[in-house]
Amino acid sequence: MAKVEKVKTPKPQELSQIDFKPPTTDWMDTPTVIKPGNFCWGGKEKDLLTLGLPNPRQWSPADEDWKLPEGWESTILEGMAERLAKYRSFKIFMDICVRCGACADKCHFYIATGDPKNMPVLRAELIRSVYKKYFTTSGKFLGKLAGARELNEDVLKEWWSYFFQCTECRRCSVFCPYGIDQAEVTIIGRELLNLVGLNIDWISGPAANCYMKGNHLGLEPHAITGNIETMCDDIEDITGIRVNPTFNRKGAEILFITPSGDLLGEPGIQTCMGYLMLFHELGLDYTWSTYASEGGNFGFFTSNDMAKRLNYKIYAEAKRLGVKWILGGECGHMWRVLSQYMDTWHGPADFLEVPKSPITGTVFENASSTKMIHISEFTADLIKHKKLNLDPSRNDHLKVTYHDSCNPSRGMGLLDEPREVIKAVCNNFYEMPESTIREKTFCCGSGSGLNASENMEQRMRGGFPRANAVKYVKEKHGVNMLANICAVDRAALPALMDYWNPGVGVTGVTELVANALVMKGEKERTTNLRFEDLPGKGGDE
Amino acid sequence: MDKSLKGLLKEKKATILSRWFGAIMESYPIDITGFFQKQEDMFANPVGHAFKLGLESIFEALIEEKDLSEGLPLLDDIIKVRAVQDFTPAKALSFIFILKKMVREELEKEIRQDQISDELLSFESKIDDLALFAFNIYVKCREQINQLKVDELKRMTFTLLKKANLMYEIPMEEVKPSDQETSI
Repeated sequence: MAKVEKVKTPKPQELSQIDFKPPTTDWMDTPTVIKPGNFCWGGKEKDLLTLGLPNPRQWSPADEDWKLPEGWESTILEGMAERLAKYRSFKIFMDICVRCGACADKCHFYIATGDPKNMPVLRAELIRSVYKKYFTTSGKFLGKLAGARELNEDVLKEWWSYFFQCTECRRCSVFCPYGIDQAEVTIIGRELLNLVGLNIDWISGPAANCYMKGNHLGLEPHAITGNIETMCDDIEDITGIRVNPTFNRKGAEILFITPSGDLLGEPGIQTCMGYLMLFHELGLDYTWSTYASEGGNFGFFTSNDMAKRLNYKIYAEAKRLGVKWILGGECGHMWRVLSQYMDTWHGPADFLEVPKSPITGTVFENASSTKMIHISEFTADLIKHKKLNLDPSRNDHLKVTYHDSCNPSRGMGLLDEPREVIKAVCNNFYEMPESTIREKTFCCGSGSGLNASENMEQRMRGGFPRANAVKYVKEKHGVNMLANICAVDRAALPALMDYWNPGVGVTGVTELVANALVMKGEKERTTNLRFEDLPGKGGDE
Repeated sequence: MDKSLKGLLKEKKATILSRWFGAIMESYPIDITGFFQKQEDMFANPVGHAFKLGLESIFEALIEEKDLSEGLPLLDDIIKVRAVQDFTPAKALSFIFILKKMVREELEKEIRQDQISDELLSFESKIDDLALFAFNIYVKCREQINQLKVDELKRMTFTLLKKANLMYEIPMEEVKPSDQETSI
């Protein structure tokens, strides 16, 4: 029989000895708490049905019961086995990490929370521990001693929590001496979770929209043309020039594809107005598509197959319209997919030609296989050849800094082109500190499908390292505008700036271009694309 | 009284600040690397940096008996961080009260000799005032988090509402950035 210990009344001195330390437990024994503000709502039944994803049901991450399918453990383990066989990178990333910790303090989520499970090394370990238990001899026999653990529901929930606290920004991979790409570990983690129906609404909703309507926002063709017509009206009010874009026009030289975020919502629409004005001024023979109406790809945050399926329409539409090459708008993950996956999935696009600027004659050999180039490359080339009449003084009220969006910078090396463009159209440009830009750029904290509203606290802390660097240039140089080339940035950064750096606006680079662009036959402009008075040209600037 | 509390606090400032910082760091998950404390670079470790600068300025303000209603920008910075770091309101602001404990422990001898009790009481009252002041900031931060959600929704749907003639003006612009700045 157990001995009953006599309860000792603590003395006043003992009572005042409060230990502020949380209990010290090994990470495996520290439970993951799913709390509001820290997670996105679960994927909806209707969207999973639309996409043909497993285990469609109404569920909430806030509930204890996640309504997992019968035999989910074997589904996950079989899925893992399949991926270990299929993706050599995944197998290597599971095997070669030596826990040197170079990645540990590079993740914006870790930097802001101090939560060890947000260290990229430990985030990978969440899945690696299960890999060890079921796929390595040492793990099978030695178990926890070898860092292995059983797969159970708590482990699965932990995966869900932390793989949706990674924005796949790949900053950690820049510092890994072995080149382990944590984004790929997260991608596989999310694929496995999707096998048992664990996605988030902010991803599966847009992916389902994209599958049915061609874009994440679910805009139907008449809504797309309608929105763009409204922008054309605004452009006419501002410049006196009527731009007349075409839609689904066969035989155009160029197909233009941008993320649908540019078609709805601010400040995306001003970037979109910028595209319209630039192309009109150049007399570009291009067309929009109301079917391939999304450059982004939320399938990429679901699974390889889903990303591939949603990406298919881009080449298909280019073929249907008979264009020569494709020009893409300002977006982040869109460019990782286009630059690194599209060619493997659906290339080679032999029916297209290597992109050649009809204005400068520059041939973009870097896109000789994908046949698709980024608007910043295109614009930087125009500027280098002095093909644009620019009045940067129209942006004189702005002190601009540039946020390298993770995917274009780390995913495709697009570092200098946007800077060249900004410097040509703005007189006041200030770089943030070296350790926070270019390939070492800090994420906005909302990438890879995490820019929902319900996880606002998570987004605010994830974006803190970025905001902190903006604050520095705000205080040092009076920076009041944060430029970027990513639709998620344009959607997510305004909130981040309002919280951390009130008074700093957010803009797409092409909006800055269009404001500085002196168009042939334009009336004297008194406002910018946001209908704000231009400095020295009207009202109270 | 040969030594005033102010003098003592100034003398022991470095120790108190370091212990205060250490105690706050214990509210975070155990991290054997001591990242928040050890990483000196303000861009690599913005949380640790905000605390280091902020705690010093708060401590200075308390010693110098500054009028807290004039605002302490560095206190704002700390609370902005704590408000989004998954703490309960009590835990988020507990760091202020910890200062009392740190001061009492550091000045144990002087307190025992009853040299500074009156001054200490008044100093601790000031810490209480600071806590109330911090509570204002904290609540504003939390309110702002909700406002951000509303603003984001407006930005996303503005074009649709305008097209449907349901909205004529951009409400975002009614709030000038400068207003927001002073509201925190």
